[in-house]
Amino acid sequence: MLTDFGRIFIFFIVGAIFTAGGLMTSWLFRPKRYYPQKLSTYECGEEPIGDSRVKINVRFYVVALIFVVFEVEVLFIFPWALIFQKVGMFAYLEMLFFLLILIVGYAYVWAKGDLDWDKPIPVIPQLSKLLNNKS
Amino acid sequence: MNLILEPIVKILIVLFINLTLVSYLVLIERKVSAYIQNRIGPNRVGPWGLLQSVADVVKLFFKEDIVPKDANKFIHSLAPVISVVVAFSTFAVIPFGNKITLYGNEYNLVIADVNVGVLVILALTSLGVYGITLSGWSSNNKYSLLGGLRSSAQMISYELSMGISLIGILLMTQSMRLTQIVAEQGGYIFGFIPNWNIFLQPIGFIIFLVSTFAETNRLPFDLPEAEEELVGGYHTEYSGMKFGLFFLAEYASMITASAFIVTLFLGGWQAPFIEYFNFSPFVISLLQLSAFAIKVLFVLLFFILIRWTIPRFRYDQLMNIGWKVMLPLSLLNLIVTAFLILINIL
Repeated sequence: MLTDFGRIFIFFIVGAIFTAGGLMTSWLFRPKRYYPQKLSTYECGEEPIGDSRVKINVRFYVVALIFVVFEVEVLFIFPWALIFQKVGMFAYLEMLFFLLILIVGYAYVWAKGDLDWDKPIPVIPQLSKLLNNKS
Repeated sequence: MNLILEPIVKILIVLFINLTLVSYLVLIERKVSAYIQNRIGPNRVGPWGLLQSVADVVKLFFKEDIVPKDANKFIHSLAPVISVVVAFSTFAVIPFGNKITLYGNEYNLVIADVNVGVLVILALTSLGVYGITLSGWSSNNKYSLLGGLRSSAQMISYELSMGISLIGILLMTQSMRLTQIVAEQGGYIFGFIPNWNIFLQPIGFIIFLVSTFAETNRLPFDLPEAEEELVGGYHTEYSGMKFGLFFLAEYASMITASAFIVTLFLGGWQAPFIEYFNFSPFVISLLQLSAFAIKVLFVLLFFILIRWTIPRFRYDQLMNIGWKVMLPLSLLNLIVTAFLILINIL
């Protein structure tokens, strides 16, 4: 017996076979003439400088943390939405209270500046400073 | 026998139509951009450049595949496959028509009519992040890494408002079954406006549309592959067929995203005012199928026009819009919608 999720799984398999087939066909036809320069990491024609796994902005981590909190919240809202019309007023107040707690957290994060992305501060060159540096 | 064969035939048809649409979408995009920029666009291969996509695909098959020597080879090859499979499989739960009767048998025009269709689509679109992030990390290239990072941060930021903006619809329909969401959009408001969710949830529609642009990495939000700063972004180190797969995934996810928008907000396969004419049931099924196709093509054209008319956001602007505008707005939309349902207006 094939359930509807089984059909999605079949779609997955057909898609995977299709992509693998495309890669295999291309492997049969394409030229394979490699030399070290061709296989080196691309950096606009220069020799690659340093390690590629560079340090990244810690903001990305903060965004991921806030995301987890709110995504769990969304997961709670989904089942609530599905029974809302049956339960009525009680469910509405309940959800308002739930959202209120989250909005407090959201306001806190916003006030702390964790939602702001670091913007580079433009340094405007000034003639007097340039002259001072020279002397 | 029939149980296994029927979904496979449907899947193959859907896959075939999707692939054809992708290859011609590329051509349409190039033509539209050409006309917007006062050029002619591809016109050498076949009449009006119609065979250009065939030529492109053949070229991709014959291109050398270069994997940089420091890259993580397995993940490097796996990433485009994940992107493509995920982008295509989303179509499994989208209803593209009502029932159709062929040779005395009735067929549902949906591959898998699951009761949590909305969740399945949200889950699959989130899986799409993996393809991009893994490709960015495994290429061992600074540009790729930055592109992958940007993309993951951007996609998770907009996924929130996307999820919350959907809840307005779930509140009205009380179901996550996509066929039921479409079925509820039949009928009319005040007797002449089609009962589509876009008219009942205008704010939700706008939030969802913008989030979709961010999720598919289309131009106002295409920072993961901003060619002026990151060369090619996450697919800098890809060439040949693997690059082709990423290209395919981008356009396929565009198609599934527009199909999702049409299903949720634009009435799916509902063709308004069709019941005033005396068509036979078979003709009505065909008209509903074409109504779905026309709506999807219309949304796709909108995607393309936006890409060639609106410049790219800066990254801090992108994050500000996502976290400070979209998220509060979608929460407000949710609260107001629930209130209106409570007092029996919606």
